[in-house]
Amino acid sequence: MAKVKFETPDVRPYPVIPILKQDSMKGDGPFVAKPPMQAALGYPGELVDNWQEVAIEKMGDLLGKYRSLRVYLDSCVKCGACTDKCHYMQGTQDPKNMPVARQDLLRQVYRRYFTVAGKLFPKLVGAKDLTKDVLDDWYNYYHQCSQCRRCSVYCPYGIDTADISMAAREILDTVGKGQKYCNEIIGKVFKIGNNLGLPEPALRDTLEGIEEDIKDETGIDVRLPLDVEGADILLVTPSADFFAEPHVDGLIGYAKVFHQAGASWTVSSYASEAANFGMFIGSYENMREISLRIRKAAIDLKVKRIVFGECGHAWRVAYSFLNTLAGPFDFLDQRYPIPQHICEYTYDLIKQGKLQFDKSKNDDRRMTFHDSCNVARASRMGDIPGGQFVIPREVIKATCNHFYDMPSDTIHDQTYCCGGGGGLLTDDLMELRVKGALPRMEALKHVVETHGVTHIAAICAICKTQFLKTLPFYGFEMDQIISLHQLVGDALILDDKTDN
Amino acid sequence: MGFWTEFYALSFYLATLILLAGLAHKIYQYAKTPAPLKVPTMPAPLTQRGVVLRLLSEVIFFRSLFRANKWIWLFGMLFHGALWLVLMRHLRYFTEPVWTWVVLIQPIGQYASFAMMLGLVGLLVRRIVVERIRYISSPSDYLMLILLLVIGGSGMMMTFVAHTDIVQFKTFVLGVMSFDWQEIPTDSMLLIHLGAILLLMIIFPFSKLLHAPGVFFSPSRNQVDNSREKRHVAKWAIKQFETKQN
Ligand code: SF4
Ligand code: SF4
Repeated sequence: MAKVKFETPDVRPYPVIPILKQDSMKGDGPFVAKPPMQAALGYPGELVDNWQEVAIEKMGDLLGKYRSLRVYLDSCVKCGACTDKCHYMQGTQDPKNMPVARQDLLRQVYRRYFTVAGKLFPKLVGAKDLTKDVLDDWYNYYHQCSQCRRCSVYCPYGIDTADISMAAREILDTVGKGQKYCNEIIGKVFKIGNNLGLPEPALRDTLEGIEEDIKDETGIDVRLPLDVEGADILLVTPSADFFAEPHVDGLIGYAKVFHQAGASWTVSSYASEAANFGMFIGSYENMREISLRIRKAAIDLKVKRIVFGECGHAWRVAYSFLNTLAGPFDFLDQRYPIPQHICEYTYDLIKQGKLQFDKSKNDDRRMTFHDSCNVARASRMGDIPGGQFVIPREVIKATCNHFYDMPSDTIHDQTYCCGGGGGLLTDDLMELRVKGALPRMEALKHVVETHGVTHIAAICAICKTQFLKTLPFYGFEMDQIISLHQLVGDALILDDKTDN
Repeated sequence: MGFWTEFYALSFYLATLILLAGLAHKIYQYAKTPAPLKVPTMPAPLTQRGVVLRLLSEVIFFRSLFRANKWIWLFGMLFHGALWLVLMRHLRYFTEPVWTWVVLIQPIGQYASFAMMLGLVGLLVRRIVVERIRYISSPSDYLMLILLLVIGGSGMMMTFVAHTDIVQFKTFVLGVMSFDWQEIPTDSMLLIHLGAILLLMIIFPFSKLLHAPGVFFSPSRNQVDNSREKRHVAKWAIKQFETKQN
């Protein structure tokens, strides 16, 4: 933690609404994408000369394509209900991180160029010309939104700042000012198949290594198959799962569940990534392109089902958009949800009594669960609304004896983002990430103090990585964050299936 | 025919036209703009019926606002709830004979105006005093509240202090509606009251008052959660992409 140039916010003993600190997070924003990264995604390499014109034109284009944008920009009454709901606002106190103020960065330009009132009386209605300052504010503050949708829960009109951030980023990309982190990663997916840029041979090695580890630990042959044609299930999981702890322990958990269920499954090297950063940059086209890779993998491998691993926004894209973007999936087995979440999959097996657990294996862990924002507020599991809250908790309770929820205004659909979502999980935004983690860390501290909680489970690769980095800033240990399916894997009683 | 009569009669037609045409245009625009991706804020209803209930809970009870902030909810509720009562009471000036239920709510409608003013004052005070809300407010946000306060204030003056000639006023209104103009009473309170209302009608389709139709078109509130079961491909997306595919 040597080179930090900012202060970790103090944990607040009781909820207080922060005082504003004007411009506390003003800056140049995250690293800008280099020309080749931009080109790979079909965007201009650097800020185009007539950027103002292009930006306004793109805004008009998006206004015609997305009802959400049009309605949200018109409807805000500046009631202020959302102003204290954003974790970045709470952690940084920068007024431009209030959701409505963030929207206003775009809204002021919308009003100026697209509304009668703003054309005639700009000062009166807070309309502004699109100047370089405004563009810079866009770049900076639309990369201080993790698109977590918490604000949209509380807005009386459901205005979703996430949608507005996405539109803003798409405009920024279109004028040639993309963000390095997101665009570089999307480029890697197109070229290699996953965010990490892990090629097929390396992936094969990794999976074999994991098989050996499981064998060493349990004495049982649990397979992690790659590119097996004719397997029943295609597992699409965030590539972080192949790479490091705590992610990989989750992958081991899925593998053990598949093993125990006797399922035939495979990972695809072509679609070896569940994450879809196309959503973060608001690009329908890129999001669709990445989704189509999953479709192609499913067709090529002739699978019957698609199951997604633990990843928050990936599950949003999978649950809410995959069918629309890359469907119809009429070639898959229609008796199962398309796609299915690994938690749904495991939960079904538990209900059918097909998995037996030795809960005492997890007795050294007193658990709480972090609802990942995109799972909680942008998707579902199971067949009832809110299943995304019930199913992961039921799985945890089936696998360990001690479970305690964090305070009710910080879980379920009121959950706080980990602070690193929406394409912000990059070291050049470390200050923002640490400060944005504040509300979640406070909630965690609460259950640590009241219930002696030792670990927090998550079902999102971004959350896990973010917590790994930020827990120490708040006096916790890195390894207090674990994958939900690590709990499953550790407690699951395995049978040797080699002879059948 | 006096100047004020002609002025208010013509303004009435103009304001009504702008209000209706402006709203129709906006509603048409919202309705025809596609929603290419399913983005309800979850948990969301699984059926259309559920969506109707969700929207009603927002429109009638301000459910989300209640979860967000009890003060804004309270003042917002007072204002909007009382406004409905007051508006319904005002139907007596547009109908002849006056409908029975309008006669019955007359006293409630009269006293509701106090609640309405209380709500408005509460909202205005918060806008000035609470730092976060002050930060996000433009001049138009204050002016809107002041305009509503003027409407409410002048109306209450006529109800409780300086009565106007209601019979003559009603003759004027019915005359305007049947294109057979009659003289308007020229008390200043009445002229202020009417002028402010006409101004509000004109501003409506160009301002944040669009939240009224907007809430029904908000994708995060009005969509059914069924994206695994149904595809929702927008026309522009088909044009742009799917024709290339296969
Ligand atoms: S979507 Fe999340 S990060 Fe973005 S403004 Fe809303 S609460 Fe803040
Ligand atoms: S809660 Fe909604 S209407 Fe109120 S200020 Fe925030 S975005 Fe605007």
